[in-house]
Amino acid sequence: MSGSKWVGQAVKRVEDGRLLTGRGGFVANHQVANLHHAAILRSPHAHARINRIDASRALALPGVATVLTAEDVGRMSDPFVNITGPVRYYSSAVGTARFVGEPVAVAVARSRYIAEDALDLIDVEYEPLPAVLDQEAALAPDAPILHENLGTNLCVRRTFSFGDADKAFAEADVVITEKFRFPRYSHFPMETYGVIASYDPAARLLTLWANFQGPFIIHTVIARALRMPQNRVRVIVPGDIGGGFGLKTSMYPYMVLLGLAAMKAGVPVKWIEDRREALTASSSHADRVTYMQAAVRNDGTVLAIRTRNIDNVGGYIRTPEPANLFARFSAMTGAYKIRNVQLDLSAVMTNTSLTGPVRGYGGHPLYFALERTMDLIAARLGLDPAELRLKNFIQPQEFPYTTATGGEYDSGNYPECLRRLLSLARYDELRARQRAARDEGRLVGIGLATIVDPCVTNIGYIALAKSQAERAQRRPMSGSGDVGVVRIDPNGDVVVLATSVPQGQGHETIITQIVADELGVPMERITVLAQVDTLASVWGITTGSYSSRFSSVGASAYAMAARQVRAKALKLAAHFLEVAEADLEWKDGAAVVRGAPDKALPLRAIAGAAHWNQTSLPPGMEPNLQATYVFNLPTSRPPADDDRANTQNVYGFGAELALVEVDRTSGVVRILEYCAVHDCGTVLNPSHVRGQVHGAVVQGISGALFEQMRWDESGQYLTASLQDYLMPTAMEAPEIKMDHVVTPSPNTVLGSKGIGEASSMAAPVTIANAVADALAPLGVTITSLPLWPDTVWRMLREAGC
Amino acid sequence: MNTSVVRLHVNGHAIERNVEVRMLLSDFLRDEADALGVNVACEQGACGSCTILLDGVPARSCLAFAVQVDGADILTIEGLASDDTLHPLQEAFRDHHALQCGFCTPGMLLTAYEFLSRHPRPSMNEIRRALSGNLCRCTGYQQIVEAVHDAATRPVPRAANGGDR
Repeated sequence: MSGSKWVGQAVKRVEDGRLLTGRGGFVANHQVANLHHAAILRSPHAHARINRIDASRALALPGVATVLTAEDVGRMSDPFVNITGPVRYYSSAVGTARFVGEPVAVAVARSRYIAEDALDLIDVEYEPLPAVLDQEAALAPDAPILHENLGTNLCVRRTFSFGDADKAFAEADVVITEKFRFPRYSHFPMETYGVIASYDPAARLLTLWANFQGPFIIHTVIARALRMPQNRVRVIVPGDIGGGFGLKTSMYPYMVLLGLAAMKAGVPVKWIEDRREALTASSSHADRVTYMQAAVRNDGTVLAIRTRNIDNVGGYIRTPEPANLFARFSAMTGAYKIRNVQLDLSAVMTNTSLTGPVRGYGGHPLYFALERTMDLIAARLGLDPAELRLKNFIQPQEFPYTTATGGEYDSGNYPECLRRLLSLARYDELRARQRAARDEGRLVGIGLATIVDPCVTNIGYIALAKSQAERAQRRPMSGSGDVGVVRIDPNGDVVVLATSVPQGQGHETIITQIVADELGVPMERITVLAQVDTLASVWGITTGSYSSRFSSVGASAYAMAARQVRAKALKLAAHFLEVAEADLEWKDGAAVVRGAPDKALPLRAIAGAAHWNQTSLPPGMEPNLQATYVFNLPTSRPPADDDRANTQNVYGFGAELALVEVDRTSGVVRILEYCAVHDCGTVLNPSHVRGQVHGAVVQGISGALFEQMRWDESGQYLTASLQDYLMPTAMEAPEIKMDHVVTPSPNTVLGSKGIGEASSMAAPVTIANAVADALAPLGVTITSLPLWPDTVWRMLREAGC
Repeated sequence: MNTSVVRLHVNGHAIERNVEVRMLLSDFLRDEADALGVNVACEQGACGSCTILLDGVPARSCLAFAVQVDGADILTIEGLASDDTLHPLQEAFRDHHALQCGFCTPGMLLTAYEFLSRHPRPSMNEIRRALSGNLCRCTGYQQIVEAVHDAATRPVPRAANGGDR
């Protein structure tokens, strides 16, 4: 590496020029000739047979081009594939609607206004069926069954055992048993889903513009549902996406639905999801019931955990679910040396909206149960919660560390992170402040969470949904590859092609920093194109913007592509200067003869020769000056026969602390202090890291205190507007004191890991632990979220307060 | 179809269109006035992304019909910068990493711009309160508040007509 002039600096973003002036390339701003507009008719019932759809009145409305009905969808497409098998999930309800908001028909018209008028003229005959909304109720013998062909609402259940948990529980001094509930909420971004679909019947080519986080495995899922070859489904992701947070990986049913509508209408069709639709029927993480047991020695050593997770995946299990159960499998024991683990993991369908990847993906419910349990252990044994964690941490000299479940943690220094957190927070002073407050009768609490941030999904993880015997029948899956393309144009300017479109993470800037360092050229000489076109881009089955992969494997791919370009440039320079390669060094964007700085060839000249004088190149060398690098991690192996699996590849760490006060009269929880210390490996841009932590902490706090998706007992959705679904404003966002520890990852080229998801997983339980600590003198414990004022008020009343 | 002629001044340019009376101001600005920087995120009046200045006052363009504001003077994000020169507030946003995806940013900037014109030296808390009608999902707000606080200390450029921009 030619030296870090740019990487690690708080470089200002190249994206900002256009975003600050209203020139963002969001999909809603995209123009296509003869564009029509779609509106979606949705089921008002949580569970109902669809007996008849009559669109004749809608079709008679002037300006309406067509109506696509559920019957069309069932005829024109196949169900989406899913690893668990037979659930028939289409882009609209087909025959039966299974959650409020499920699409039933699509009206296509000259304007969105007319399309919505048309919805009122579509007559649907529903036969309501009993609905079930809770995953445990859905498992009861008398529960309404959502999918008759399955005969049960359970789509997958797998059990695992590592080490000897039974022996550990028999030998334990103390056993902690608790049931936890993690709620349904979602990281809804400001920009909703948007799809423009255009079908060319002559070429039999469907073009879909969408603010999609893929392509990854989802592109194959889309193509198969449409019964089209992959190279006839062209997905173009425009250069700006207004937030994704995982939800825009799961917009594929709408991509298919609008594709079908465009095929039927014979005109290009645009659909921009509105807020009501987004809150009702886009995506969220699964809510979870956890039965947890921990076997503990009196000295605080945690010997074993038994975890039963029951996830609610909504009306249909949809790819990549049941990943909510398995994506974080490698980190089920978090930051601790717990060698004996029993897991019982289930995914259950209910008449609620559908789930998928969301920032943290399975990590927030995992750490809610684990970190609450650590605090329960501390309370039972009379130990300080920080001391308990220090005692159980994987130690710095033990890396690389393989967890009981097969996770290969690459690097870390957990005790140092926690010590820095306690120092940053002035922990002893906070405890003294708490004691003084308690003397005054105030309910003040301190909560901690220490979590491992697993980054970069290994696609092999999804096979854990199948037993080892079933896996042996299928092709193994593995990998986490990402692609970087670096090209030097004939005039010597640099182009980098990114293979995923970020949703605000500043990839263009980071890529520019990396390539500027590798090639020794100023940032202004580099143009990054972060737009995906599945026909024009080089991509792979794991390429996309998800699971914090950009700053680790993505960054590695761009660095390696730039290094390959540099290596070729050196070879060419040696050839033209007639010196040995060993006599050259790369300095400030030029090949320079060691000790003879006037004998140099700048990149511009080398590129010129490679383009303009192609036959003068060394024998066997291709013209042009470019490189495509696909970076994969060798740690992304398929699950082993004993089910151990390294489901992620690069492991960061976060330690967070909150000081809260609970108002006795109103139950309102106020955050007085919030501190976070993170290890994301090599820091690529410190202001980006700060922004990611702030954003994720506020989102996590919101999950603890404000946001919840709710349905009533008949399955009616109650939080379809921002007046009902509370998102935090600037007034609710705390100031966060931050510090960092850096343990570079040996797995990535620059040593960088991920940062975007850590606080999303840590903050909810940090708040829960703080509130539990505040209410501990009253004997109240916290086992679920959110902690709304009336929820807390009820707890206080029941405790006699 | 009930239509009516709407005349507006948008970013200093006169626009006259004959549109449906039910057309929202946000759609008018985007579809008829080339103001694609007006981002629509909720159409429920809750999030503030579609905020524009209506006769100098911040307003949610998704909650008005175009016909309701016939004759008004409207500033959208496209009118904040001057040719190629960013307004100091926009510069401060870039300096402080006050935007990530950028979708809430136009509304956030216009709200902050109008607030600073009335409160030249606000505290961090006053800024938070002023921006509490603009939702952001990416930043956690801290760097936005820091940017506005810093922008308040920067000189405001004079507009061509001699008034402050």
